Amino acid sequence: MLSEWFPNVIPEDLWIATQETMYMTVVSVIGTLILGVMLGLLLFLTDRGSLWENRAVYGVTAIIVNVFRAIPFIILILLLFPFTDFLIGTIRGWKAALPALIAGTAPFYARLVEIAFKEVDKGVIEAAKSMGAKAHTIIFKVLLPESMPALISGLTVTAIALIGYTAMAGVIGAGGLGNAAYLQGFQRNNFDVVVACTIIIIIIVFIFQFIGDLIAKAIDKR
Amino acid sequence: MIQIKNLKKIYQTKKQKVQAVDDVSLTINQGEIFGVIGYSGAGKSTFIRLINRLEEPTSGSIEIHEKEITKMSANELRLKRQKIGMIFQHFNLLWSRTVYDNIAFPLEIAGVAKSEIKEKVMELIHLVGLSGKENNYPSQLSGGQKQRVGIARALANDPEVLLCDEATSALDPETTDDILDLLVSINQKLNLTIILITHEMHVIQKICHRVAVMENGKVVEEGDVLDVFVRPQSKTTKRFVQQLNPLEHQQDKLAEFINDRDDSEVIKLHFIGKNTKRALISEIAKKFDVEVNILQGSISPTQEGSYGTLFIELNGANDVLTKTIEYMKQAGVEVEVLKHA
Repeated sequence: MLSEWFPNVIPEDLWIATQETMYMTVVSVIGTLILGVMLGLLLFLTDRGSLWENRAVYGVTAIIVNVFRAIPFIILILLLFPFTDFLIGTIRGWKAALPALIAGTAPFYARLVEIAFKEVDKGVIEAAKSMGAKAHTIIFKVLLPESMPALISGLTVTAIALIGYTAMAGVIGAGGLGNAAYLQGFQRNNFDVVVACTIIIIIIVFIFQFIGDLIAKAIDKR
Repeated sequence: MIQIKNLKKIYQTKKQKVQAVDDVSLTINQGEIFGVIGYSGAGKSTFIRLINRLEEPTSGSIEIHEKEITKMSANELRLKRQKIGMIFQHFNLLWSRTVYDNIAFPLEIAGVAKSEIKEKVMELIHLVGLSGKENNYPSQLSGGQKQRVGIARALANDPEVLLCDEATSALDPETTDDILDLLVSINQKLNLTIILITHEMHVIQKICHRVAVMENGKVVEEGDVLDVFVRPQSKTTKRFVQQLNPLEHQQDKLAEFINDRDDSEVIKLHFIGKNTKRALISEIAKKFDVEVNILQGSISPTQEGSYGTLFIELNGANDVLTKTIEYMKQAGVEVEVLKHA
């Protein structure tokens, strides 16, 4: 039946493309999580009235985050080519897509992290201060656990945007399902390949959303 | 002992200066429950936050057990705060932690060993009456239970003083009484000094030994709860006392009993402390040739003893009335003759 509906799809090739997309997504999600939380934390802590209020640091961080969010992703990849070449040693393949993917989504996630921290009850932070907590105790034992459901659902939203970006990166040489849809499908006029790639991407998105919702719900004790 | 001298907090906004706390000086003795009462905006919330420097004082000094809080470095202050417990109107528990872990939190901050934490937390859970709830999350608890967790958490590091920021204002009257009873029992069991702020005179009456009344950032009246109740000086204090004593509102209803006749007087009696248990009325009825007509009365318990108010009408010859009133004064009861309108 598969060969009847999708005559031009080569299952082995599609499987490799799917794996590449998964690698790109998972590694970038991890990179985005780390970089995004760090940037979000910096934004939150250096904001006016916060623990490490510092206008200069807040201003610079905010500008960097806003600039990276403003650059269209497809142009960001091109802009980062020299940096990618230096860091990864190549500008082709799924690994070469990672710097652009992380640089493109981390600032977006950083803003979501900042919002999540702002939603944490000020009274709870005050209570921790009244107990004589150090700044790092407040960060790791109050801010992060108390904002965890929002951090997780923010990461889910970011991961899904990221899957879209991997397809774009695929078109200009990063491999994966975007690459397969474009080269094997669109360029060779095999529309069934485009449809097959679309279906797989939709399934991946659904899986991420499902897992994200599940975790966010499980840890939310409010 | 806690000594507060000339404490000031000024908020500088773009347009104006706000004197939230204006030159407050107080001495709070070891082991006493000290209440600060005021309407919202009186500066009491800022005042209690100045004590552990959650708000930085603009000027003045605070000494707790001869250590000057106001001169401490950030690190010294952090360590000192571990010995200053605080409970809040909205409890401020971590929703992500169980009852057990919430109470363990200040112990983790103080770097207490795990095995010791367990022992201490179980002891505290028992003290505040939450046995069996240790694995519940705050969202599964009622308001009163949440405040019990708050109290247990505040007591975890054996504090020298407990600060209560409107601790019962978010609770219903019955739960408020339970929490107040708990605070009294902790005060007695641990000889713990408690400073509380509230806008409810009921709280002051029920558990405080001494009280300060705040208005516009200033302390307008201060003293033993009983004295302040019986002889309120400032207008604000009188209004707070009236909250509790509905009879005060009804004085004009007594007006019809007050007349110009020489053989009749309407008298307000204040019974304080042990005098409340005295059978004064039957004493004077036997001793003097007077008729006593009881109009209305009430009695209110406080930490320092009870105080009662009684309105009576005395009928008798003029000189007998004078003698009777003199006798009641000698007996240590406050007598106030209500004048004809």
